[in-house]
Amino acid sequence: MIKISVASGKGGTGKTTIATNLAAALSKKGKDVVYLDCDVEEPNGRIFLKPLISNISRVSVLVPRIDLDKCTFCGECAETCEFNALAVLEDNVMVFDSLCHNCGGCYHICPENAIKEVPRDIGEIQSGSSNGLKFMEGQLTIGEAQAPPVTKQLKKDMPPAEITIIDAPPGTSCPVIEAVGDTDYLILVSEPTPFGLNDLKLAVGMARELKLPFGVVINRSDLGDDLTIDYCRKEDIEILLQIPFDHKIAKAYSEGRMASDISPIYRENLYELYENIAGRIKQ
Amino acid sequence: MILAISSQGPTLESAVDPRFGRAPYFIIYNTETEEFETINNSENVNAMGGAGVQASQSVVSHKPDVVISGNFGPKAFQVLNGSGARTALWANGKVSEAIELAKTNQLEYTQSANVKGHWQ
Ligand code: SF4
Ligand code: SF4
Repeated sequence: MIKISVASGKGGTGKTTIATNLAAALSKKGKDVVYLDCDVEEPNGRIFLKPLISNISRVSVLVPRIDLDKCTFCGECAETCEFNALAVLEDNVMVFDSLCHNCGGCYHICPENAIKEVPRDIGEIQSGSSNGLKFMEGQLTIGEAQAPPVTKQLKKDMPPAEITIIDAPPGTSCPVIEAVGDTDYLILVSEPTPFGLNDLKLAVGMARELKLPFGVVINRSDLGDDLTIDYCRKEDIEILLQIPFDHKIAKAYSEGRMASDISPIYRENLYELYENIAGRIKQ
Repeated sequence: MILAISSQGPTLESAVDPRFGRAPYFIIYNTETEEFETINNSENVNAMGGAGVQASQSVVSHKPDVVISGNFGPKAFQVLNGSGARTALWANGKVSEAIELAKTNQLEYTQSANVKGHWQ
């Protein structure tokens, strides 16, 4: 049971291409693999894997509702709420569901017992399969702000498998940490440009903070400068793979096709990359 | 009439701040007594989310009839409106000028929020 997460400091580096093709390459070699799309604000692994969905479940969180007959408008709930999700007026209490982080603070503090928790739907989880590869994705409903509860539920419901590939959201914020936390290895996908390097440094900072073993895949490796390679060498970071730009791959991507159908890099080299990582995890 | 004005500074000579939730100060002005009070909102300037809710909650506790700012987000608007205050868009000068406009009834009142929330 090996869990590998794929992340990048920002979007558009080819993270989903690496994650989906890695999962597909391993599955084709006969491994028992689940691909988990944790980029819940914009899950797009399905565009490439084209899974057959067999199950859909809803994700909900608990939010406060106020019984105005019991409420004395004392204001304690709003005072305690760190997220400013409550406003107490003279004769009303407003709850801003999208700001609520479901901490439970207000229920406990209310002296009149006027607050109850009600479930509120914020997203869904779909699961199915794609050519033998198990597929699962979380989707946050548009307009909702709290991605971590969807990611949490996704990771809880994840089916057991020999190998789990987690497609993390871009960036380094809470939803990313939720996605990559408790995985065995983190692949950071980057581009060799000054901006790419800057985002990579942030992602490396996160990986080190989380004490996750990690390595870097440099995408479009021939379309930039040497600064990323110099940085990795200096920081003693392993470069797992360098993938040069290939307009056929870019075209396949834009058409929603798998890069592995076109280029052996996305089959053989990604499989080797896995073996390399797995060998080290097992040690 | 009680006015609440988002302000860049703590005095009547300060410029009206175009942002409501993240304005550093609010001036609460009583047109009858011609006295004013200052609310320090600086804690809210860098709030992660809910700045509008927090700011409007402290403004509303002074029971203003009219709130003046350059922009209101949807949540702030909801709280202010829920309290019965009217909201006016104006941020083209000093707090004292905004007060004059309110007194002479030259402000335009809004019916809805005019900017999107920051962390929607
Ligand atoms: S703490 Fe309870 S009683 Fe006080 S304002 Fe909130 S809901 Fe009402
Ligand atoms: S549950 Fe927590 S975040 Fe939500 S409204 Fe209550 S105190 Fe605020």
